[in-house]
Amino acid sequence: MTNSRIAYAIALAALIAAPFFIYPIFLMNVMCFALFASAFNLLIGYTGLLSFGHAALFGSAAYITGHVLSKMGLPVEVAVLMGTATGAAIGLVMGLLAIRRTGIYFTMITLALAQMVYFICLQAPFTGGEDGLQGVPRGKLLGVINLSSDLNMYYVVLAIAVGSFAVIMRTVHSPFGRVMKAIKENEPRAISLGYDVNKYKLVAFVLSAALSGLAGSTKTLVFGFATLTDVHWNLSGLVVLMTLVGGLGTLLGPIVGALIIVALENKLGDFGNWLAAATSIEWFKSMGESVTMLTGLIFIICVLAFRRGIVGEISVFLKRF
Amino acid sequence: MNTVARQNPIVDNGHNTAKKVLEIRNLQAWYGESYILQGMNITVNQGEVVTLLGRNGSGRTTTLRAIMGLTGARKGSIRINGVESINLPTYKIAHLGVGYCPEERAIFSSLSTEENLLLPPSLSKTEKGMPVKEIYDMFPNLAERKASPGTRLSGGEQQMLAVARILRTGAKLLLLDEISEGLAPVIVQALARMIVTLKARGYTIVMVEQNFRFAAPLADRFYVVEHGQIVETFAASELESKMPVLGELLGV
Amino acid sequence: MEIFGIPWSLMLSQLLLGLVNGSFYAMMSLGLAVIFGLLNIINFAHGALFMMGAFFAWMGLNYFGINYWVALLIVPVVVGAFGILIERSMLRWLYKLDHLYGLLLTFGITLLLEGVFRSFYGVSGQPYQVPALLSGATDVGPLMMPNYRAWVVVASLTVCFATWFVIERTKIGAYLRAGTENPKMVEAFGINVPVMVSLTYGFGVALAAFAGVLAAPITQVSSLMGSNLIIVVFAVVVIGGMGSIMGSILTGLGLGVIEGFTRVFYPELSATVVFILMGLVLLIRPAGLFGKEK
Repeated sequence: MTNSRIAYAIALAALIAAPFFIYPIFLMNVMCFALFASAFNLLIGYTGLLSFGHAALFGSAAYITGHVLSKMGLPVEVAVLMGTATGAAIGLVMGLLAIRRTGIYFTMITLALAQMVYFICLQAPFTGGEDGLQGVPRGKLLGVINLSSDLNMYYVVLAIAVGSFAVIMRTVHSPFGRVMKAIKENEPRAISLGYDVNKYKLVAFVLSAALSGLAGSTKTLVFGFATLTDVHWNLSGLVVLMTLVGGLGTLLGPIVGALIIVALENKLGDFGNWLAAATSIEWFKSMGESVTMLTGLIFIICVLAFRRGIVGEISVFLKRF
Repeated sequence: MNTVARQNPIVDNGHNTAKKVLEIRNLQAWYGESYILQGMNITVNQGEVVTLLGRNGSGRTTTLRAIMGLTGARKGSIRINGVESINLPTYKIAHLGVGYCPEERAIFSSLSTEENLLLPPSLSKTEKGMPVKEIYDMFPNLAERKASPGTRLSGGEQQMLAVARILRTGAKLLLLDEISEGLAPVIVQALARMIVTLKARGYTIVMVEQNFRFAAPLADRFYVVEHGQIVETFAASELESKMPVLGELLGV
Repeated sequence: MEIFGIPWSLMLSQLLLGLVNGSFYAMMSLGLAVIFGLLNIINFAHGALFMMGAFFAWMGLNYFGINYWVALLIVPVVVGAFGILIERSMLRWLYKLDHLYGLLLTFGITLLLEGVFRSFYGVSGQPYQVPALLSGATDVGPLMMPNYRAWVVVASLTVCFATWFVIERTKIGAYLRAGTENPKMVEAFGINVPVMVSLTYGFGVALAAFAGVLAAPITQVSSLMGSNLIIVVFAVVVIGGMGSIMGSILTGLGLGVIEGFTRVFYPELSATVVFILMGLVLLIRPAGLFGKEK
C-alpha cells in the first residue's frame, strides 16, 4: 500500500511541475481525455458493458457548458455542473433503454442512441450546426480564479482530474464496485445471489455518463469551443481505443491510452513529415490526414495481439516476479 | 480403488487378427483448465459392442467427445481404422468413419425431421449411408413425422432420429451416449433390437450407458471408467463374476 | 388529389423513395443477420464494404471501362473474396473470445478501409452515372417513376427473397441453419464447418457490396457513404431482431417506408425516426419484433 502511495505522490508532484516543462494545453487535452477514458472504462472494465455511444455524453455536456457560458453568462462552476448533469441525464435515458438488452445488442443500442443525439445537435438551433460553438469564454472560477491564464486553468483541470480519478478508485474498491465486478464475471450467478443486476448496471452507466460529461465540459473550458466532432461516433470509437490500448479494466490503463492517442493525433503530422524526409516517400506527408487509418490499424492490432493493453501486459509481466 | 487396469485389450474371440477399429492409448483431455481424462486406454475391434460403465462425472461422455475432437486440448493417441486422429479437426475425424450420437441428442430445431435426417452427408463414395427408405422401415415413426420440426417429436422419437441420422453417413463406428436415457421401456427394447441388427451388419459400437440392464445383454466387452481412467475391463462372459466389483464401483 | 394536405403523387414518390431506402436497409440487415447467425459477430465493417462495393464499381467504370451491369456481377464476388480473406486472417482468431472483440475488430477494419479510401479520394463524392438502359422515368399515372429507383427495388427484393429461399428451403440453407444452432454437431457429421463459415461471411459481405453497386448511381460515391448507413442498419437490426431472415427483410423495408413518409409529414424527424422507433420497441418488446433472444 505504501509503495503505491509513494508512487501516486511522485506522480502528483510531477503533474504539478509539468506545465513548466510541457505545453499546458497539450497536458490539459490529455487530462480531459484521460478522464473521459477512465469514465468509459468504469463501464466496460468493471461491468463488461461496451458502450459505443459515449461521445453523446461527452459532446452534449460540451455543448451545454459552451452555450451556458457564452450565451447565458452563468458562472463557470454552474456551467460545468450543468454539463455534468446533462451527461448524467442523457446517460440515464440511454442506460434505461440499452440495458434492456445485453451483449452486442447493448452496444448497438448505445451507438444508435448516440447517433440520434448527433442528429439533434446537428439540427438544434443553439448548437451552431456545422460550425459549433466558438469563442467560449473561460471566466473566473468561483469569481476569483482567473481562468484565462493557462497555468490557472491547468491546475483547475488537474484538480478535476485528480478528484474524479479518486472517485473512480473509491467506486471500484467499494462494495458497489465488487458487485459490478461480480456481474461482469458471471451475471447469472450474481442474479442468483439476489442482486438487482439491472439497477447496478444503470448506476454504473449514469456514473460513467456523469464523469464523461464532466470531461466534455472541461474540454470546452480548455479549448473554448464545442463542435459536432464532440458528438460524432468517431469519438466514441476513439475513447474505446484509448481504453483498449491502455488496458481495459485497469485503473491506469485509460490514462496511458489517452496519453498515447492524444500524442499520436497531435504529432502524427510531424511524424509523417519526418518519415517522408527519412525515407523520401512523399505519401508519408499525408499521414497527418490519415489518423483514421492509423486508428483503425491500431484497433486491429490491439484486438488481435494486444488485448490486455499496455498496463495489462505490464501487470502480467510484473506478476511473474 | 484405482487399481491399474489389467490391460488385456484384445480379447481372443477366435479371431487373432481382429481388425482394430478404435485404439486409444494414454488419452488425456481437458475442458479449459479442467483435467478430465487422465490416461485412457481402450481398444475396440471390428464388429464389437463395447460399453463404458462408470459413475456420473467419471469421464465417459468426455471420452466419446474426445474421440470426436469436441473437447479442449487432447494428448495421447487415438487411432481410428489405423489412422492417427489426435490432431485432426472434428470434420476430418468424422470422415474416418465415425458417427456420434450425443447425450443431448442435438436435434436441430430449425430443421424438420426429414431435414434433420437428410442433413449428414455420405462420408465417402464407397461407404454410402443407409438409404432413407431403409431407415424409414426401421423407424416408421420418423416417416410419419417427417415434416414436423425436429424438436416437436417425443423423446423416444428424437432419440430414434438422433441414431438414424448417423446411419445416413455410412459411418461404421458408432459412438452412442446414453441413448436409452429417459425413454419408455418399449422404446428401449426397440433400441436394443436395433443395436443387435446393426451389430449383425458389421457395425462397431461404443456405448456409454447408465442403464445397466439395457447395456449388459448387448455388449461384448465392458470398460469401467473412474476419474478419467480405466479401472476395470472384462468380457461379457466374465460379467457374472464381476458383479461384486461392479457393485462397489457403480453401486449397481 | 390530396391526403392530409399532401398531393397523392408526392406521397407515391416518397413511398418509392422509402422503398428504395428500405431495400438497402433490408439487404444490409440481411447480410448482418446471416453473418451474426453463424459467426456470432456483428460485422461493423458492413458499411465500409458497402462503400467498397460502390467504389469498385466506380473505379471499374473509370479505370477499366467496366460497365454497370458487369460490375453488378463482378464487384460482389471480388469484395466477397476480400471478405473471406478478412475472415480467414483475422476474424477466426476471435471466435473463442467475447463477441465484443469481433465488433471491435470490424470497427477497426472500418476505420482502416475508410481511411484508405479517404486518403486517396477525400470525402467529396464521386458521381456515377445511371446506366443508359435505366435512365429516365416512366409515366405510371399518378407519378413519373424514375426507372433506376424502380430497378433498385426490384433487384434488391429479388436478391433478398432468393437468399431467403436458399436459406429456408434448400439443403445448403439447412446446413447454414443447423450450423447456426450447433456448429460442432454439424462438424461431427463431417461437414467442413470452418469453410462454411468463411463462405457465409463472404456471402454476407457480397450482399453489402451488391447494395453498394446499386447505390452508386443514386448517392455520390464517397468514403463516408457506409458509416452513416451502418448505424441506421444497427437500429433496424435491433428493431427486427436477428432471429429470422424474413423478419430482417420485412423490418428493413418497413422502416424505409416509414422513414419516407416521415420525410413528407415531419421532415425534421426523418433522420432520427428510426432511432425513435428503436427506443419504442425496446420499451415494449425488447427482444425485437421478430427476435429470438440469443
